Amino acid sequence: MAPTADLVCRDLTKDFDDFRAVDHVSFEVPQGSFFSILGPSGCGKTTLLRMIAGFQFPSSGDLLIKGNSMIGVGPNKRPVSMVFQHLALFPMMNIGRNVGFGLRQRGVSSSEIKARVGRVLERVGLPGIEDRQVDQLSGGQKQRVAIARCMVLEPDVLLLDEPLGALDLKLREHMKIELKTLQAEFNTTFVYITHDQSEALVMSDNIAVMNKGKFDQIGTAKELYYEPANAFVAGFVGDANRFEGKVTAVNGQIVSLVTGGGVELHAQATAGVPAIGQRAQIFVRPEAIALSKDPSQGSESPNASKRIVDSVLFNGANSMVILRDPKSGETIQVTLPQTGDLLGLTKGETVLAGWHPTQARCFASGGAVDGI
Amino acid sequence: MVSDRSKLGFYLLLSPLLLWLVTLIILPHIGLFFVSISEKIGVREYETGLGNYAVFFNEPLYWRTFARTAFMSISTTVLTLVLGFPIAYYIAKLTRGRTKTTLFLMCLIPFWVSELVRTFGWMILLRETGVLSNVLQYTGLISGPVEFLYNDAAIMVGLVYTSILFMIVPLVTTLDSLDDSLIEAGYDLGGSGISILREIVIPHAMPGIVSGCIVVFMLSLGNYLTPILLGGKDSLWFTGLIYTQFITRFNWELGSAFGFLLLGLSSAVVFLGLKLSRQSLSNTMGR
Amino acid sequence: MKYGLVSTAALVAVLSTTAVSAETLRLLTWGGYAPDDVIALFEAETGHTVEVTTSNNEEMIAKLRATNGGGFDLAQPSQDRITSAQEEFGIYKPIDMSRVDAAQFIPSMLTATATNSTFDGGVYGLPHIWGTSGLVVNTAEAGQVADYTDLCDASVAGKVSYRLKRPTLIGFAYAMGLDPFAAYSDQEAYQEILGQVEEALISCKPNVKTYWDGGDEIKNLLRSGEVVASMAWDTGGWQLNADNADITFVAPASGALGWIDTFVLPSRGRADDAAYDWINFVMRPDIAAMITNTAGNFTAAVGGDAGVRADLKARYQASFDQAAIDNIKWYPPVPAGLETIEGATLDRINAAN
Repeated sequence: MAPTADLVCRDLTKDFDDFRAVDHVSFEVPQGSFFSILGPSGCGKTTLLRMIAGFQFPSSGDLLIKGNSMIGVGPNKRPVSMVFQHLALFPMMNIGRNVGFGLRQRGVSSSEIKARVGRVLERVGLPGIEDRQVDQLSGGQKQRVAIARCMVLEPDVLLLDEPLGALDLKLREHMKIELKTLQAEFNTTFVYITHDQSEALVMSDNIAVMNKGKFDQIGTAKELYYEPANAFVAGFVGDANRFEGKVTAVNGQIVSLVTGGGVELHAQATAGVPAIGQRAQIFVRPEAIALSKDPSQGSESPNASKRIVDSVLFNGANSMVILRDPKSGETIQVTLPQTGDLLGLTKGETVLAGWHPTQARCFASGGAVDGI
Repeated sequence: MVSDRSKLGFYLLLSPLLLWLVTLIILPHIGLFFVSISEKIGVREYETGLGNYAVFFNEPLYWRTFARTAFMSISTTVLTLVLGFPIAYYIAKLTRGRTKTTLFLMCLIPFWVSELVRTFGWMILLRETGVLSNVLQYTGLISGPVEFLYNDAAIMVGLVYTSILFMIVPLVTTLDSLDDSLIEAGYDLGGSGISILREIVIPHAMPGIVSGCIVVFMLSLGNYLTPILLGGKDSLWFTGLIYTQFITRFNWELGSAFGFLLLGLSSAVVFLGLKLSRQSLSNTMGR
Repeated sequence: MKYGLVSTAALVAVLSTTAVSAETLRLLTWGGYAPDDVIALFEAETGHTVEVTTSNNEEMIAKLRATNGGGFDLAQPSQDRITSAQEEFGIYKPIDMSRVDAAQFIPSMLTATATNSTFDGGVYGLPHIWGTSGLVVNTAEAGQVADYTDLCDASVAGKVSYRLKRPTLIGFAYAMGLDPFAAYSDQEAYQEILGQVEEALISCKPNVKTYWDGGDEIKNLLRSGEVVASMAWDTGGWQLNADNADITFVAPASGALGWIDTFVLPSRGRADDAAYDWINFVMRPDIAAMITNTAGNFTAAVGGDAGVRADLKARYQASFDQAAIDNIKWYPPVPAGLETIEGATLDRINAAN
């Protein structure tokens, strides 16, 4: 018997009065994996999560947890727990009672509740804080208590609704790693929704990119980053320079395109090659673009051209430079290596920028893919 | 210099409040207090003493009336809470936007007419030849006219009706501030409706419950018209005693003493209530 | 400068003379005693203006007490409530009989009121309107009710109403064969009488629908048929009689209780001239008849009944034959302190179950 996935969604659809929030979504999450749903706000990811939690019921489709259909099962009867966006710790209870809430509802004896609460708080690295009040904790501690409150119930699936959104940047970076560690520690299936692609990329085993109620692509972080299925994923996951123009030539998978500014560019089309004359978009990652101060170098690249430095955005290892094409006035963003002669690059200098066509992606322009 | 000026501004802004407090609250009370400690020993002859206060404790009629008034007011408060909580919960949590405003306004509508008119409305409904009696006869539930007025139940109905808004407003405010996700989290963690109400909703709404209860209790205790008109011959109410002492008995001394006793005893009841619910006055009123 | 001073003085003099000739009369009285048409006539004739505040005996005294006799220029309490209030609170000032047209008053009533309202050698009250309280009965349903004690009969159980005020105590005392007025000066004897009345009224309590408080309330109860017999004022019964011929005022067998409402001058009243003008004006026979027609009660004005509506006279005569008039018990002045004893009795009745 093949092991059933912890969470299975089949053709899940949710219609509201005047629009369809979730549109025929199907996916499976295997036991013990970290699954993220990534999408812009309003894409339907929260509705999807609330359907899994049981706060909303699907209009059609099926939802199985550990092989059992959850249709018609209330949120308090499902083997899932949820970490809310603002954590939803109960301010009227101390930490011990917060974490013990679910066990009390199950009628567990108070001595056992005490022991299990103590154990789970230890596992999240906060032993002995049972008697503290919620407002005495820091943001990160609250985060861990919220997870402990769910994990003490040993749910089959833990749902997380952008729980890092309220934290400041530094803590958020730290918590990303910690969440992943906790997930490994508990070996529980996590379903995590976020609009922040870096959270999804860092933590997840699998990521679903959601747009307008549909899953555009499901894959590992690497797949999404390097092999985006469509223009939306290419634009949404990671940073990218985008060019739009008309296809002038097709050579196998390599497409040539002339932008509105009259610049000719070349890129690889992996998901359906557009026809000549069709409008298409090209996405190039900032780190895929090679820079050189020496005009003789890299001139063999088909996408190489001389560009003027518009501004230098210094940010340590993540420094960027914005280059302007002298002819068309179009700008591109390029990662600026803090090495060699590029170190002293200043505004107004001319550099040679180029990339290999296989490192750029081309998608035909559809009606619906200009979300970025 | 700047701090001097801001201080001046502070006192200028404070002065209307102080003026109001001193001239309309403190001075009359000081006057009443002096009246209350003067015992009448003959025509235009008075002596300072606590005799008027002693009358209250020595005459069972008076403290029984107070006990009855306090008991009925507490019952009214409990009943108002039981009736007002679901309404407030519905308004705060289950309605949105326009419906919410409309429902809130509907609670306010009775207060656009005077208390006297509202009470007369109840009299028209409840009297022997009134609407309720006639409807029940028409439907065949009762065979002859029934008098619903002039009993304690009628007083309670009137008091609850008069004071329910003052329970609903603070409850809606506190329940509004309860994050929906807390309730959802409660369900998500396996809670039932009752356990969520007991462990999450009520503890959160406690300041609103207590402040609503204090207001309703004080309003009922200090109400005069409703108990007198709806209670008829059994309408013994402490404020009625005070009115009688002042107006029909010309006994201002005893009336003032009763007034102070009402103030003191009702404050004691409120204090006790706060202690029992483990709330503080600043916590409930300061929000 | 000098001119200015002189002209200012002249202006002040002119203003003060007009102020003397035209004043504002603040009248504290009962409902119906100062009808609008009478006020209009008075204002047109004298140039004074009249501000009316309606009230009852207790509130009149309470209001005047609160201001030490200020705030009003003329008040109209019943004659039995003058001397005790004067003794306790000093809220009235004596009447200057030289400014009153005594010939307009029925001499016997003027003398009786003067006697009852004399305090420390001064006369404080002039009679204005008189009337009685007795029984108002729906004769079709409770024709057997002929005296106050009949209100406690089982045949009218639950359909009876009276006030919980001193007239009820006194009326019941008379109906029980006692003489409370004779005991006024003897507190012990009076207490004894009150004790018996208290017992009777407590045992009567289950019979009572409600203790009424205002005139409109009892009229409403009688009109709707919820109450068929009550203790009330004569005018109330006559007003109801106009709508329903079954309901009328009945002088009780033990005697109706007679009251006379008076004119008194509050001690700090400012517009005495207007007050005397008003007294002399309303005691004219034609004006007195106008007031009787609105208030329903007869006045102490000589010839005041001549212009009264015929139906009102007929109702009065139906309720009072000569024997009943002779049997009216007129309230003597209430001695100071009596009301405290009565108050305690009333409280106990109110609290009894």
